[in-house]
Amino acid sequence: MAIEVGGKTLETDEEGYLVNLADWTEDVANAIAKAENVDMSGNHWEVVNFLREYYNEYQIAPAVRVLTKAIGKKLGPDKGNSKYLYELFPYGPAKQACKIAGLPKPTGCV
Amino acid sequence: MGAPEFQTPPLKAYPVIPILQADAMAASKPYVAAEKLNEAIGFPGKLVDGWQEKAVAKLGELRDKYRSLRVFLDACVHCGACTDKCHYFLGTGDPKNMPVARQELVRKVYRRYFTFAGKYFPQLVGAAALTEPVLEDWYRYFNQCSECRRCSVYCPYGIDTAEITMAAKEVMDSIGLGQKYTNEIIGKVHRIGNNLGLPGPALRDTLQTLEEEVKEETGLDVRFPLDEAGAEVLVVTPSADFFAEPHVYSLIGYAKVLHAAGIRWTLSSHASEAGNFGLFIGNYDQTRRIALRVRAAALELGVKRIVVGECGHAWRVAYSFWNTLIGPFDFLDARYPVPQHVCELTHDLLERGAIRLDREKNDHRVVTFHDSCNVARGAGMGGIARGQFILPRAIIRSACNRFHDMAPETIHENTFCCGGGGGLLTDELLELRVKGALPRMEALKAVVDEHGVNFMATICAICKAQFAKVLPFYEFDMAMIGGVHQLVGDAIRLGRND
Repeated sequence: MAIEVGGKTLETDEEGYLVNLADWTEDVANAIAKAENVDMSGNHWEVVNFLREYYNEYQIAPAVRVLTKAIGKKLGPDKGNSKYLYELFPYGPAKQACKIAGLPKPTGCV
Repeated sequence: MGAPEFQTPPLKAYPVIPILQADAMAASKPYVAAEKLNEAIGFPGKLVDGWQEKAVAKLGELRDKYRSLRVFLDACVHCGACTDKCHYFLGTGDPKNMPVARQELVRKVYRRYFTFAGKYFPQLVGAAALTEPVLEDWYRYFNQCSECRRCSVYCPYGIDTAEITMAAKEVMDSIGLGQKYTNEIIGKVHRIGNNLGLPGPALRDTLQTLEEEVKEETGLDVRFPLDEAGAEVLVVTPSADFFAEPHVYSLIGYAKVLHAAGIRWTLSSHASEAGNFGLFIGNYDQTRRIALRVRAAALELGVKRIVVGECGHAWRVAYSFWNTLIGPFDFLDARYPVPQHVCELTHDLLERGAIRLDREKNDHRVVTFHDSCNVARGAGMGGIARGQFILPRAIIRSACNRFHDMAPETIHENTFCCGGGGGLLTDELLELRVKGALPRMEALKAVVDEHGVNFMATICAICKAQFAKVLPFYEFDMAMIGGVHQLVGDAIRLGRND
């Protein structure tokens, strides 16, 4: 599978996750988000950017408690919980936000 | 991931055997594993030349290797007792999801190549060659069996239907037709140490975050130690416990129990996964190699006990197979169960008064318990008959004031699968997972309506992830699902124990 962004064709896996992490740009994120029916606000970007920072350091998306804690610090304690993250990313913060951030899908019993 | 293109089945007041809908689930199949995923774990990358002969030969090899498989292939008399026992059949109405019909996809091939009548008079005995359409049916429908073994409970011959599913998966892997979800995960276990692909540094960072959180909550230094040689207890738990909700709350619960009991324990970055997907694909070598990580970690860290966290099939592998698979465990302390389930650990501490729970802390909850299939039908607990049903419930009753079991035909050995077990917990199978959860959702609805149940506890990471996903399809809150040790963690008295 593939997606088209700005005239470029980018390879994705069967579920629409980018195959090459280096293909990611903000435009790509917007294109994936649109296909997911996610309207990217500033808070969405906070999550996506944190995921990418964390991934760069650890080669994995952050665990949900790590993510909620970081988002709570950035956006306020009332937003540092998975309920809020599900409001931002209804299909689940781990999977949907990772997809938009251009990261591989978390696997396992999650 | 737009809106799902299927109808969630309505919840009925009492179970009804569905009207048959031929091929209702013929379109349901998981993604085929890419070449590199298969090759990474030693399987052919893609469908091999001459796959038909090779598959038949493999089936023959398995029949000779596993006497049980031969008995299960030969003994079925098609009595039909299993037909309405499968959650996937009840949820989908697809006749090929009747266990007898699903297993017939293998049996008809087996008869064709391995029985006298099938070799010479195939039409008379319903024998069939392994053609491409038959193989396609295998891939679809053996990926619609969660190996939960509920049908086996009702089989008058005691046929373990899951073994036939496992054999079919083993044959398919051997000819290069692997399933992406399971095979990608098995590769990650070998490469990184866990199903999630959580590398050591990320695990350490995650555990540190949890220590900080629990400190904020309790004011105490409840530790989440990693790779600490000389600890008494090695805890192996599904990597989802580190990563996801509600799983992580059970991990916090284990840590609090061990803290309160003053037991020195550790996790291992080498064996940072209790799950063993080798079982799901019926592959002995994979199952063994994955399990050996735990033995290696236990020896390296010099622990005296191995405690297995809340993971259904991990407990089956540990309880039923570890001894011959990766034993002997003569280096462990024989005064404790080898291996020990975290429920056994907690139950024992409760019995001895070494930890105390304040039930009132869970007074906002009305609790029920979902027995996970691999624990219920594939393992024991506590060294007593039916301990796997008794111990978790005893812990729950110690942790909360209001507990109500679901209907007897849906619990204990009769439990219904969550709908996501056996290597099917993947997004492309969501329709199957939602429909397969129907019988459990109906049983849950009954106790919700009658007793106001608002929390379903379980001891399996797959069950937790599956229910968190499918509960909303049935208009339940996803936060209704959680772990037994989540309840324990919320109720446990820390600090002074008097």
